Amino acid sequence: MNKAIMIVGVGGQGTLLASRILGSALLSKGYDVKVSEVHGMSQRGGSVVTYVKYGEKVYSPVIGEGEADLILAFEQLEAARWLPCLKTDGKVIVNTQKIDPMSVVIGDSVYPENVLADVRAAGAEVQQLDALPLAVEAGSAKAVNVVLIGAMAKNTDIDKEIWLEAVKSCVPPKFLELNLKAFELGYQS
Amino acid sequence: MKKLLLGNEAVARGLYEGGCRVASSYPGTPSTEVTEFISTYDEIVSEWAPNEKVACEVAFGAAVAGARSFCAMKHVGLNVAADPLFTSSYTGVNAGMVIVVADDPGMHSSQNEQDSRHYAQASKIMMLEPADSDECLKYSKMAFELSERFDTPVLLRLTTRVSHSRSLADVGERADNGLKAYEKNPQKYVMVPANAKVKHVVVEERVLKQVEYCETEAVEAGLNSVEYNDKKIGVITAGICYEYAKEALGDKASYLKLGCVYPLPTKLIEDFCKECDTVYVLEELDDFIETHCRKLGLDVIGKEKFTLQGEYSQGLIRKVILGESTASLKADTQIPARPPVLCAGCPHRGLFYSLKRLNVTVSGDIGCYTLGASKPLGMIDTVLCMGGSVSGLHGRNLADPDNAKKCVAVIGDSTFIHSGVTGLIDIAYNNSNSVTIILDNSITGMTGHQQNPTTGFNIKGEPAAAVSLEKLCEAIGINNVFVVDPYNLDECYETIGKALSLEAPAVVISRRPCALLKTVKHNPPLKVNKDKCKSCKMCMKIGCPAISMKDGKAEIDFTQCLGCNVCSQLCKFGAIE
Repeated sequence: MNKAIMIVGVGGQGTLLASRILGSALLSKGYDVKVSEVHGMSQRGGSVVTYVKYGEKVYSPVIGEGEADLILAFEQLEAARWLPCLKTDGKVIVNTQKIDPMSVVIGDSVYPENVLADVRAAGAEVQQLDALPLAVEAGSAKAVNVVLIGAMAKNTDIDKEIWLEAVKSCVPPKFLELNLKAFELGYQS
Repeated sequence: MKKLLLGNEAVARGLYEGGCRVASSYPGTPSTEVTEFISTYDEIVSEWAPNEKVACEVAFGAAVAGARSFCAMKHVGLNVAADPLFTSSYTGVNAGMVIVVADDPGMHSSQNEQDSRHYAQASKIMMLEPADSDECLKYSKMAFELSERFDTPVLLRLTTRVSHSRSLADVGERADNGLKAYEKNPQKYVMVPANAKVKHVVVEERVLKQVEYCETEAVEAGLNSVEYNDKKIGVITAGICYEYAKEALGDKASYLKLGCVYPLPTKLIEDFCKECDTVYVLEELDDFIETHCRKLGLDVIGKEKFTLQGEYSQGLIRKVILGESTASLKADTQIPARPPVLCAGCPHRGLFYSLKRLNVTVSGDIGCYTLGASKPLGMIDTVLCMGGSVSGLHGRNLADPDNAKKCVAVIGDSTFIHSGVTGLIDIAYNNSNSVTIILDNSITGMTGHQQNPTTGFNIKGEPAAAVSLEKLCEAIGINNVFVVDPYNLDECYETIGKALSLEAPAVVISRRPCALLKTVKHNPPLKVNKDKCKSCKMCMKIGCPAISMKDGKAEIDFTQCLGCNVCSQLCKFGAIE
């Protein structure tokens, strides 16, 4: 049975690195893996999504309505935006960070008040964490992505050692220690 | 050995293994990474060209000289390269030549949704279309062989999902046959009418031979493939749509997968249609394969049930063909859209704010700065194509000279070199009272930081000759060239105002490197002094994603702010420190 994971967030939050770590870990388990990314225009602070699918044989690299087993959301509003892609018995892991879209910044629209309550009310299982302070604790606000990967890792049947190897293979040596700490903080959260 | 490769990376690997020796491209999403990966191979001479036409001509020259060569571009780039494309079909090649063209169904990062397959048909150049990274690698290698065998360039068509998806690809060794001998042959390479008339006959014969190849050998080689399962539903498809169809229909359908989308086989398609009860043609964008089937008198279902717009998906195919839909959840909440914005610290922001103060009409162009069209800046009136801002402004000013002092063009450094410079020559030559603003951020930004002829570095990051924009403008005949720092709002306002007041062509170079460049040093993040903030929201007018209102006062997100000080120039109360 194939599994489908979506990583969603705001351009600049580092969703691409997260999907690379995830892809690398899944590959070590011997799965067929497809990862679909967004490059270009959408990276500039826009809503971004990466699809990761794995199993014995994967065809389509994208995930459509009602097809995701898990959504890893880097931001609350993005969790709600992509919720329709979740299976009705799927799970959302969400970073409680809020980033105002430009329309909210300039007062054209409002950031909804209880986004996660709405996501839960829709029927989704939600696990939330505040990844930004953990990333800062690890040494950089930019490590939010690896904290979240750590939190997600605990929800999979992949050994921690494999995850750590995947982190090692995807981040520059200069930032390895920081990222391993970020992963650990996410994993323990 | 199997590796998880991005589609574009797999194309680069295939070209490398296929003995590519020369590569020249202009960046364009979603094609850019092909050439970036190529540049990591020392055996290949790789370059960024000023535009796609130049890139295609460089690749052509190299192929004639005897080196397997390649160029890559996005779909609209092929419009620019169309001139060499069409006639290279007549001359043919010596060593193999591959032209990679990446379409963008759904317009993730493009100004239109054109279907490049029409170019293959119009220029009578063979076109292959892979569906995943493994095929990207295989087809790229195969393209060199087919190019030499049929004496033609070969197009490799990608789409965004193939270019930007990672999947497993079988990586092999490089085979380089060295430089092929070049023999002088004007009848083949000099396309004057007398020679071209003879070559046109050759082109038409070549297409017939390729059709024969597609019916037989292409099937043996796995390029075109037939897979019979349940025959109640037959699917004729190519590229990424094959993956969507397989996921949606599995063994409930039979498949004719076309790895070569031009030319298309006849008998193979007719035989497949005979075997299946109902045949669907699944292809994104235009009804290219469907039209071919209809020409053969075959009763197929295509665009009447599907769409000419955007991307297909397994969900769409499941719904249309099987009538099945998937249950989903929806949060009962209004979710504000989150389109892309100019980054915090982006030098374009100060420039656009200054244009807003000047209340001008802005002829825009293609690049990050197209985002200046979004609210709250909203300072772009038109965007057409690469370079179109400059010549478009000239046309506007010809039509409405009374308002010329209220109109400017904005164009990035890379786009200006690509094709804006010819528009500026037009302005100088015809003494147009037009003001062109070159947004020089020292990089090709939107496609992800590629060097260009103005940056002083080549594709490998080695020092290179740099075009001096000031000297270039002067050499063209522009006698009024100004340079401003877009972080300095008053300087921008005054200088552009001055340029507009002149009765002569003028250029303003707005110069400041992209804030995301690793070489750029940032100031510490700014902070709002809540005691001084009067909640006037002046700082919100520049649309910086780092600034928001929290509890009635402005707040700056320290994770995003790069200390550019544009917002602090707007605060009348000195609250931003």
